[in-house]
Amino acid sequence: MDRRDSLKSLLVGSVAGGLLVTGCAPGSENAEVPEVASNDLPGYGRTEKEKEHDRKVLAQEFLNEHELETIAVLVDIILPSNADFGSASDAGVVDFIDFIVKDMPNNQLPIRGGIAWLDSHSNKLHNKVFKDLTLEEQKAICDTIAYPGKTAPELMAGERFFTRMRNLTMTGYFTSEMGIKDLGYQGNRPGVWDGVPADVLAEHDVDYEPEWLAKCVDQSKRMNIAEWDEEGNLLN
Amino acid sequence: MQIIESSKTYDVAIVGSGAGGGMATKILSEAGFDVAVLEAGPFFDPAKDEDRNQLRWPYESPRRGASSNRRSFGDFDAAYGGWNIEGEPFTNAPGTNFWWFRSRMLGGRTNHWGRISLRFGPLDFKRKSVDGLGDNWPIGYDDVKPYYDKVDKLIGVFGSRENIHNEPDGFFLPPPKPRLHELYYVKGARKAGIPVIPSRLSILTKRINDQRGSCFYCGQCNRACSAYADFSAGTCLIFPAQKNGGKVQIFTEAMVREVTTDKNGKATGVNYINKADRKEYHLKAKVVVMAASACSTARILLNSKSSVHQNGLGNSSGLVGRYLHDSTGASRSAFIPQLMDRKIYNEDGTGGMHVYTPWWLNDKKLDFPRGYHIEVWGGMGMPSYGFGFNPNDLNKVTGGAVGGYGDSLRDDVKRYYGATLGVSGRGESIPQRDNYCEIDNDVVDEWGIPVLKFNYKWTEHEVNQAKHMQDTFEEVLDAAGGILLGDKPGADRDYGLTAPGQIIHEVGTTRMGNDKRESVTNKYNQLHDCENVFVMDAGPFVSQADKNPTWTILALAWRASDYLVEQVKQRNI
Repeated sequence: MDRRDSLKSLLVGSVAGGLLVTGCAPGSENAEVPEVASNDLPGYGRTEKEKEHDRKVLAQEFLNEHELETIAVLVDIILPSNADFGSASDAGVVDFIDFIVKDMPNNQLPIRGGIAWLDSHSNKLHNKVFKDLTLEEQKAICDTIAYPGKTAPELMAGERFFTRMRNLTMTGYFTSEMGIKDLGYQGNRPGVWDGVPADVLAEHDVDYEPEWLAKCVDQSKRMNIAEWDEEGNLLN
Repeated sequence: MQIIESSKTYDVAIVGSGAGGGMATKILSEAGFDVAVLEAGPFFDPAKDEDRNQLRWPYESPRRGASSNRRSFGDFDAAYGGWNIEGEPFTNAPGTNFWWFRSRMLGGRTNHWGRISLRFGPLDFKRKSVDGLGDNWPIGYDDVKPYYDKVDKLIGVFGSRENIHNEPDGFFLPPPKPRLHELYYVKGARKAGIPVIPSRLSILTKRINDQRGSCFYCGQCNRACSAYADFSAGTCLIFPAQKNGGKVQIFTEAMVREVTTDKNGKATGVNYINKADRKEYHLKAKVVVMAASACSTARILLNSKSSVHQNGLGNSSGLVGRYLHDSTGASRSAFIPQLMDRKIYNEDGTGGMHVYTPWWLNDKKLDFPRGYHIEVWGGMGMPSYGFGFNPNDLNKVTGGAVGGYGDSLRDDVKRYYGATLGVSGRGESIPQRDNYCEIDNDVVDEWGIPVLKFNYKWTEHEVNQAKHMQDTFEEVLDAAGGILLGDKPGADRDYGLTAPGQIIHEVGTTRMGNDKRESVTNKYNQLHDCENVFVMDAGPFVSQADKNPTWTILALAWRASDYLVEQVKQRNI
């Protein structure tokens, strides 16, 4: 399964292989893609107009294989795996970027042009495109464009591209299932909020005021239907 | 193409299904009226899985929840549309930068709003008596109080009894405990001598009946609640009205073009375009309730011209569309070093803030009239598109390298997660006759309906108020132990004052009054010029206080509906 197939399956869930769009020629966004109706995403609360939009975007192609391969190399330099979690590409960031440049077309020129700039720069230094360099050579180039404020003027286009790629990589990772687990976010589930945990509060120089706490909800009574006296005092 | 005539005549046609339309639907259907509700968007019920936004993960969206011109506040926000609606534009006059937020769905903007539910106080109805600016309302707090009480009990609002004169207490559910960043705000506010009290939001921290659940603390009220544990017009008013056996017919995808009138100028119903078949229909009704939102109602009235109502319906005063005003807004945020490297736990809480600062300087002479309240934000929220951008910019403050790549970026993101405290002011502007929306004769929407053109400029009152906000923000954030982020906006940027419309509290386009030359409706939201048309959205507001308008829309719509029922009974309509 190539990268484009994996994108389709990621978004569509399970789809028969025959429905997949496999073409990858540049400019193939104009190619006829007949299977749109089958390409509905799993529901995420879309209106009819939104579903239409998603179908249209999914049927398009923008980035070519070379560009996607370069992005795969770059996002894993930006966010490699560690002992506990996978790399950006393991978390689906390449597929995310492939989608987002179609969905937010203002990314298209900066990313296509940025990759072309990176290859051109890499050719000048090593007579090879970026993705074919050794990791050390790749990192040496990144070192010259990854630190805003320290970039040589003639490499500013590279810095802008790298910053954009870092942003998309980080947001793609931390909005993925893996990235949210890595972050440790604990919410988005039914629960009962009953204040800052005592051990946390003890580490800070702030505290609950007793008069304030006295006004707050008694969570053991949250399922009881509220009753008031005529003045508006809660009775239960 | 012929206009298709409805065979049936409804007792009431209600245009719009948001706060005002929802309340009118409930009260009028329960009074036995046969009610038609017209909504320009689709049906929406957050309890239906296909409509559900709540408890979804960012990766369920291929754009990770990012905003788009289909949903301005992101993929999971329960407002279809927003600043732009494809095929339904509006225009700005030269020099105006008005933003207009529309939500096309059953329940309208009540599905996603902040649930901040503040009563207008005694001063808020009579501000001219205080500062000589604008106009007093023809009614006062005592006229509205019984309805605020009823709204509290019917819909539910948490808060605390504080005995502050211009921030009247109500029938409150108990508030939730503050989150950690909110305790830092409380600390800062105490030091700065600024009051801070539990927030007042229409979210059920206890049950109020057996049809709606209590809050389960996912912090996602803007996505609309599948347990109906917060207020939206569909879940709390329209669905219950249907369940109570009321005669309620909902017309979705129904874009109202105009109110029709007979040769005597009396309303006979509405013409609307069914978006599904693009045909125009005439729905007959004995009474019309306009609740399409202040600006949409003005647009429909201005487009309802006839030989009797030559300037548009209800517009003999020439004031329909005038006195348009929105809240002021400005914001600032700070990095709280003590919140770095936090222990992570679930602090989603209710939607929105658990604490806020009501306006505290009514008795002080300042260089601007009226006031503002302060909203508080921050915490360890769920990531969505944009999270992780500039992952280590705060290294500028703490002294590390900015930019780079590699595994250390993970640590950067975690170190600063939840370490920001933000504040926003929401204030009262002075209504101006020359701030208005009108029909743009050059432009129609895709349904062939002439669109609105906005004319709006802030005055020095609002700019000076924003300056005061920025000074206060600095003081309180500094006192909270924060390191202020970004530059303090100065006079060159109007002190960060938001563009008109951006706070989405636009009101005043059909203001109420006793003098029909100086107002559009009477004090019961009834058009002076046409007795069987009522306006029950925020159009009749004479001034908007620094309070979010929804609770007052609900109270006034209930009051106006009671009056309407009485007038029908007495055969005055």
